Amino acid sequence: MSTGSTVGDAVIRTEGLTRQFTRREGLRKVRLSAVDGLTVTVGPGEAVGYIGANGAGKSTTIKMLVGILLPTSGQVRTCGLEPMAERVRLSRQVGVVFGQRSQLWWDLPVAESFSILGAVHRLSPHDERARTVELVEQLEMGPFLSTPVRQLSLGQRMRAEVAAALLHRPRLVILDEPTIGLDVVSKQRLREFLRAERTQHGTTLLLTTHDMGDVARLCPRVLVIDRGRLAYDGALDGLSRVVGARRVLVVDLDEPVEDLTGIAHTEHLASEAGGLRQRIAVDSEATTVPEVLAAVSARVGVRDLAVEEPDIEDVVRRVYLAQAGEGQRSVGPAPGGASGGASGASGGARGGASGGPRGTAGPASGTLGS
Amino acid sequence: MAEPTQPVIAIRTGGSEDSVRPGRFAPYRAVLASRARAQRSYRASFRLDLVSSALVAVVELAEVLVLYRSVSALGGLSLAQVLLVFGLADVGFSLASLGFGHVDDLPEHLRRGTIDVFYLRPQPVLAQLVTSDINLRRLARAAVGLAALVVGLIVAGVPATWRSAALVLLAVVCGTTISSALYVAAGGLQFLVIDGAEMTNSFVYGGRYAATQPATVWVAPVRAIFGYLVPVTFCGYLPVLAMLRLPAPGWLPAWLAWCAPLAAVWAWGLALACWRWGSRRYQGAGG
Amino acid sequence: MRARARVWWRLVVAGMRESATYRLAMLGGLVANLTFGFLKYGILTARVHAGGAPVVGYSVAVMSAYVWLSQGMLGSINLFGRTALAQRISSGDVAVDFLRPLSVQTSACLREIGRGLLALAPRGLPSVAIGAGLVGMALPYGVAGYLLGALSLLLAIAVSATTVYLVGVSGFWLVETRGVQVFYMVVSGFLAGLFVPIALMPAWLQVTAYATPFPAMLMMPVDVVSGRVGGLAALGLVMAQVGWLLLTAALGSRLTAAGRRRLEVQGG
Repeated sequence: MSTGSTVGDAVIRTEGLTRQFTRREGLRKVRLSAVDGLTVTVGPGEAVGYIGANGAGKSTTIKMLVGILLPTSGQVRTCGLEPMAERVRLSRQVGVVFGQRSQLWWDLPVAESFSILGAVHRLSPHDERARTVELVEQLEMGPFLSTPVRQLSLGQRMRAEVAAALLHRPRLVILDEPTIGLDVVSKQRLREFLRAERTQHGTTLLLTTHDMGDVARLCPRVLVIDRGRLAYDGALDGLSRVVGARRVLVVDLDEPVEDLTGIAHTEHLASEAGGLRQRIAVDSEATTVPEVLAAVSARVGVRDLAVEEPDIEDVVRRVYLAQAGEGQRSVGPAPGGASGGASGASGGARGGASGGPRGTAGPASGTLGS
Repeated sequence: MAEPTQPVIAIRTGGSEDSVRPGRFAPYRAVLASRARAQRSYRASFRLDLVSSALVAVVELAEVLVLYRSVSALGGLSLAQVLLVFGLADVGFSLASLGFGHVDDLPEHLRRGTIDVFYLRPQPVLAQLVTSDINLRRLARAAVGLAALVVGLIVAGVPATWRSAALVLLAVVCGTTISSALYVAAGGLQFLVIDGAEMTNSFVYGGRYAATQPATVWVAPVRAIFGYLVPVTFCGYLPVLAMLRLPAPGWLPAWLAWCAPLAAVWAWGLALACWRWGSRRYQGAGG
Repeated sequence: MRARARVWWRLVVAGMRESATYRLAMLGGLVANLTFGFLKYGILTARVHAGGAPVVGYSVAVMSAYVWLSQGMLGSINLFGRTALAQRISSGDVAVDFLRPLSVQTSACLREIGRGLLALAPRGLPSVAIGAGLVGMALPYGVAGYLLGALSLLLAIAVSATTVYLVGVSGFWLVETRGVQVFYMVVSGFLAGLFVPIALMPAWLQVTAYATPFPAMLMMPVDVVSGRVGGLAALGLVMAQVGWLLLTAALGSRLTAAGRRRLEVQGG
């Protein structure tokens, strides 16, 4: 995994990528930056999670990467091509899954959608058949191959969508919220397939998601975008360090007890129903859920439990806060760039510190609390 | 993962040479063939579409018949002559809507974001949109138009000459081309006014309506718009004037009928400019 | 009673709000009205001239009034047959509507009326004003004429709402209401007198038209407002509209009750 060293054959390379929109607010026209100065390089075979709150600029970035939208300023090259000018050539090398926008033909059987797409990408009949067989097997689509798309369950449809985007063996696969609304089993199956696809074919993956589980299981590298700006670029564990990878353990107890405080590497968050249900934040770096559970069980019987993954919005908020803190500290003699540069060498650099033109001016400098 | 399944795949293959890359038009052919099959496979729904499409055409024809009831001529044309105008214009328009009518669906694609899918495929977006469907039901409408045309040709006393045949052919071919251009132009403008589809429709369907009328009854600005800017008079009215050697209204001499190909080129130039304008705005590349 | 009137007014306002969000659509509708208005004006006034003496009560001014009024009303009456109700029935959402302490029919119709009334401002008035300003048209006589005209217009919007409701409610019995809707769309405009004034039609077609509620949505108010039909006869037309309103509303209410029973028996 490399973040910036293989510039020559980078699959995605943006520099100062910016997209502004004009919106009418009353009588005034306001210019808003959906994406603001994004500088990112993604090498071949990488798997990158691209996360951020709703409206943070993820979809806008994707549209610029694939040539649907022209950047207001900055550079973008995808698979070495200029996306807008060379859209047709690019489309042969990129596969995109938009969670909400189907590429399949609503009223046709899945297999027929595939054969049309085979024709659209002008695959030879041999290629098309071989690839379809492969995808059908790996995504277990056999049982519903002759079902019209409109009758598929969400999980089945999403598998078909992914297959449709991968039919022409793209070098780069971009997935926009691929697991949204899926049940646990379907999510797991899709993640495993994407991992296998990446290892077997060296496919580069870029996925946006609201599900930290997707990122944790698929993406060694994470980009966090906040209000159009890159807030973090680095390894997933580095992100955990920045935001404190806290999962929340929710326990339902046999009897109401007082707050379960004092368990190592945890923080008691709340008690509900007079102490019958308690919420405990677990620092995953230092301890594990089973250990904490054992400590709780030693005090009181546990009737039921649930583990809440960190919420993306929460992660983004904390990246933001962490950087704001750092930005304030960097006013002092030791600029934040020093620590950023150090972790940059290990591939865990923050976006602002990865040597890009944005320097150490974190996205939050001075705007905290506004 | 779960136990392996035996995939049963029914995939059409295109001939014996398996490793040959399909031709340039294969993508479009594949989509169209499948759309046509899909429409015919929903028999009840397709029959309903055929009937309703024919009914629409019959009602439009009824409007003309009611108007010409108990008058000998309107706008310089008799009922028989206006039937001929109606027939020519409607055949052209129906054929255009058979192939291009679904460009009207663009606002729906824009609202649902599915237009982006077209941008992810290696063909021009307009070509994909045009070939994304085929409205077989409009054949019913073309049939009504054709009936009016045949009756008109018989009762209006059209001279059975090569000249008449050439004019009919020219009118149908150029009428189809011009009407198709209207759909494409409207489509391009719909990128700009997604919720205002009625505005763009007004010159597509207004154009169709105008094409079936005698241009003499129009006030000057209407004559300028539908005579030259959106040149629908070339679809039926002018060819009939030329065929029957009827007196022409000011600014629209009958010999113009022979210039229908020019009108078609003009309409398509306009259409492609509108499309380019709209799609570039959509992509944020400015007008 | 006052409380109920307030609820009804809220529904009308909700309908207005819904369509007020589509400003561009309103402008688009206006452009369409004007385009068709000028095309119709040309051919229909030619028809008046061709007849020599005024045809069945039509002078150029009255014909112009017919053109602009009928175009102006297009945004306010539903000649498409598409309703939100049909969709809610086919999706089963209508079961939720039945749980509300308010008649499904009343609320659907009032919203439709709200939409219709709102469209008068951006589509109806400009169509009439521009058309009348450019080519002139006949206007009602005196205050009584305007009042009767306004009443007739309101009734037309109401009849349209109660009639199109019948199309939606058919969804309780039909799996696919598209057939009914398409048929409604094709027939309603013609029989309402949108394409050509009903008075120009042959006698058998006129009888057919007046046997349906469609003229009450368009032809009758246009005749009243343009003054083509005046005096007691105009009052008669308004009474006929009231009759169609009561008839379609009663039928709709019966069908709603039957549909509800069917829903309860079959469990949606």
